[in-house]
Amino acid sequence: MLPPRLLPDAKFQGQGSTEMATIPANEGFDAHDHAHDHDHDHKPAFFARWFMSTNHKDIGTLYLIFAIFAGIVGGAVSGMMRAELAAPGIQYLGYFAELLGTANPSFDQQLHLWNVLITAHGLIMVFFMVMPAIIGGFGNWFVPLMIGAPDMAFPRMNNVSFWLTVAGFCSLMFSAFMPGGTGQGAGTGWTVYAPLSTSGSVGPAVDFAIFSLHLAGAGSILGAVNFITTIFNMRAPGMTLHKMPLFVWSVLVTAFLLLLALPVLAAAITMLLTDRNFGTTFFDASGGGDPVLYQHLFWFFGHPEVYIMILPGFGIISQIVSTFSKKPVFGYLGMAYAMVAIGVVGFIVWAHHMYTTGLDVNTKMYFTAATMVIAVPTGIKIFSWIATMWGGSLEFKSPMVWALGFIFLFTVGGVTGVVLANGGVDDNLHDTYYVVAHFHYVLSLGAVTSLFAGFFYWFPKMSGRMHSEFLSHLQFWVFFVGVNLIFFPMHFLGVQGMPRRYPDYAAAFAHWNWVASIGYVIMAASIVIFFINMLYAFLAGKKAEANYWGEGATTLEWTLSSPPPFHQFETLPVIDDKAGH
Amino acid sequence: MSLADTARSMGKAIRTLGVVAALTFGTSAIAAAPVAPAAATPAAATVESAAPAAAASAAAPVDKGSYVPMKPTPGKGQPVDGGWTFQDQYSDTGKEALWMHDYLLMPVIVAISLLVLVLLLVVMAKFNARRNPVASKTSHNTAIEVAWTLIPVLILVVIAVPSIRLLAHQYDPAPKGALTVKVTGYQWYWGYTYPDNGGFEVISNMLSEEDALKAGEPSHLAVDNRMVVPVGEPIRIQTIGSDVIHAFAVPSLWFKLDAVPGRINEKVLKINEPGLYYGQCSELCGARHGYMPIAVEALPRPQFEAWVRTQPGGTVGPVAQAIPAAAPAAATPAPAAAAPEADASAAPAA
Ligand code: HEM
Ligand SMILES: [Cu+2]
Ligand SMILES: [Cu+2]
Repeated sequence: MLPPRLLPDAKFQGQGSTEMATIPANEGFDAHDHAHDHDHDHKPAFFARWFMSTNHKDIGTLYLIFAIFAGIVGGAVSGMMRAELAAPGIQYLGYFAELLGTANPSFDQQLHLWNVLITAHGLIMVFFMVMPAIIGGFGNWFVPLMIGAPDMAFPRMNNVSFWLTVAGFCSLMFSAFMPGGTGQGAGTGWTVYAPLSTSGSVGPAVDFAIFSLHLAGAGSILGAVNFITTIFNMRAPGMTLHKMPLFVWSVLVTAFLLLLALPVLAAAITMLLTDRNFGTTFFDASGGGDPVLYQHLFWFFGHPEVYIMILPGFGIISQIVSTFSKKPVFGYLGMAYAMVAIGVVGFIVWAHHMYTTGLDVNTKMYFTAATMVIAVPTGIKIFSWIATMWGGSLEFKSPMVWALGFIFLFTVGGVTGVVLANGGVDDNLHDTYYVVAHFHYVLSLGAVTSLFAGFFYWFPKMSGRMHSEFLSHLQFWVFFVGVNLIFFPMHFLGVQGMPRRYPDYAAAFAHWNWVASIGYVIMAASIVIFFINMLYAFLAGKKAEANYWGEGATTLEWTLSSPPPFHQFETLPVIDDKAGH
Repeated sequence: MSLADTARSMGKAIRTLGVVAALTFGTSAIAAAPVAPAAATPAAATVESAAPAAAASAAAPVDKGSYVPMKPTPGKGQPVDGGWTFQDQYSDTGKEALWMHDYLLMPVIVAISLLVLVLLLVVMAKFNARRNPVASKTSHNTAIEVAWTLIPVLILVVIAVPSIRLLAHQYDPAPKGALTVKVTGYQWYWGYTYPDNGGFEVISNMLSEEDALKAGEPSHLAVDNRMVVPVGEPIRIQTIGSDVIHAFAVPSLWFKLDAVPGRINEKVLKINEPGLYYGQCSELCGARHGYMPIAVEALPRPQFEAWVRTQPGGTVGPVAQAIPAAAPAAATPAPAAAAPEADASAAPAA
């Protein structure tokens, strides 16, 4: 633990208000007790509060708002894609291209726009929706609350992380309006494979897209450093590692994955930049480089990345399942170390994304075996959630319904991962819609469902207002039907051989594509219900109590008011020996 | 697999990278492509007849001779309307992989999904707050935790054994003298070079929708010039990209191999019955990625040879007939000796 004196130090410097002059930084926790005559919470004025924020809850809120915004953009892009895919032929791309400023787009420019859409959709959803929401949003809000800390270890750096992410998003948006080869924008796919992304895409669009990843990646690395430091050093007295709530464990493991994986991505895309602009040939065989090397580097980051997106979701689900079963998590240690195991094994399976690149047979055998190993800790998690509920007294409040949906949908996504893990079978499935179905089941239906579960679990805590349980349940069912209609038929398209990243297809694929596009409309309706629910909560929602979920909710955030005070735990809570997780 | 095996394969992979680095195919190499077969097939006397660099779609055969493009069979080698299973398989490894998927993987994953679903429903029915107002406090049970760790391990071992066997079969090396077809991915069409038959290159472009329908073929899949190969014998497919990465994929043959610039990938393909098998490019390669389909036509050897003779510079020499007889010197492309392309066959990634 840091000496307690360090904590208020960081906080006061971060706050940067006039109080710094009046309260000696080293006065410690007592300082606040004398401050009754100030605004109770010492909230800074609007600009300082939201643009120069150093408060973990405010930054968490910013991350959530940003993620929702980015989610709308990414979701709108996928709507454009589903519209185009609803029937064979090219229907709308020309129209979209004109909207985006290309007058009389040629056929190639229209097709290029397709590649820009899939690229933007992938990058936005991964880097600007899921990651900011689940790590930046919920991580920032609840890690300090759950470990009994007053704030994050580096509040100013926390703010830098957020604004780097925003800058990254802007860079990606700019790229859409720059020349990118056959048309405007970066059309490389979110994987940015060389040489399509180097010699294959002239013009600054791809540079801006790469730069966007640099910015978002740097923001995430700083965030990871912050979480690791906070969790290792700022736990309240008595909160040992083995007493931490599983959500905190999940963020800790995720932070390590970020810290180890993102620098590799940064290196890889920097090499792309120098190949593009400074004549290096890292990924160009004619200069002694190798395009496949880029894929190794990318997926060395990329596979841990998929766990970065899901592990905090695992943590959220563990909290929710335990709360609404009114039982402690079953097999707590197994749960925690299963996440550690997933994190470790996640670093040695990357080439299962490269089975058709011409890998050596032994290499392929190794990656097949290693990949299947990941299913074991994943299974432990699923069975432990069920065992947590077994013997419990279940209440089907909205977060619990989302959590139950998560467990089933994630299982369906996980088992197709086991199919894909077999290198010999993947030869047929790689780069088809089967893979698209797989990763949307674990992400769109898995990670996003866990996001909604967490959102409804904590929204009243964050806002002080209750949402409508009815609307949340309704949203769940509409969402559930919609996403399954979108993504389940994609398994069929995949086994039938429809390749991914295609704007147009043979007539035989028309049926299931049509079904998927219908599903999109239903899913979109569920998002409308979400916003109605938000409107309702802010306009007419009941005031939330401190612990509105009742006896099952036992972690530290429930000991605070809803919303919690601007600065919490000015006197550190003490966790006694008997406290459960 | 032992650690030593793994280490060896890693070493091999690194060596492959080294060799690959030596193989460079810039745009100039494309133009020079027809030179290669001359060096690769010393036994074929008709060296000078190698076709000049073929411009896209300009490679129309001079004389169609006895070759008449085969009509597709509905439901064979192509997707079917609203289909939701794998396409029927027409290669041994394809059949093996399909068997593994249908009779091993599918039952396992359906069973696991159903098990989780049923457990969830049971829990919801039995342990809801109305029926079970007081929650138990059980949070450990070592026996069950060990069970749900070990049983999945066993299931995975059961999957891993045939999976590894399948991989081994897919990587069976081509016999000496097997016909080589070199597949080149271009933005945005395919080239099929036949180094053992005079080195001509077939340039294959997608047919427009009207032309496809006129020819009685599925649109988006039909091409002007097909990749024609002999049926029933192992063929060495070598892929390479000329500009960016493409992937040569034929679902009904369970075959997919990336075509990477500056690197030759090699894999064996054996087609069991005559037929027409469609595929599509399966690696994002730019604007027209969706418009560079693949059509593989498998014919009995004599008809294949008749087709070869219709190609400019197409020869059916001793090389082609050397199967399965000896003549190794002639049958194997001369290593390292001449054109840079020749030593590619000495360094397949496989
Ligand atoms: C049971 C555990 C899992 C296994 C065995 C597994 C296996 C695989 C394999 C083998 C592929 C490559 C398929 C191909 O491209 O041919 C793949 C792709 C993918 N997986 Fe998983 N997976 C698992 C869980 C997850 C999870 C938890 C996530 C994320 C939350 C995830 C996200 C993805 C993504 C995003 C891709 C596609 C990447 C791309 O090509 O753009 N997977 N998975
Ligand atoms: Cu992976
Ligand atoms: Cu392509």
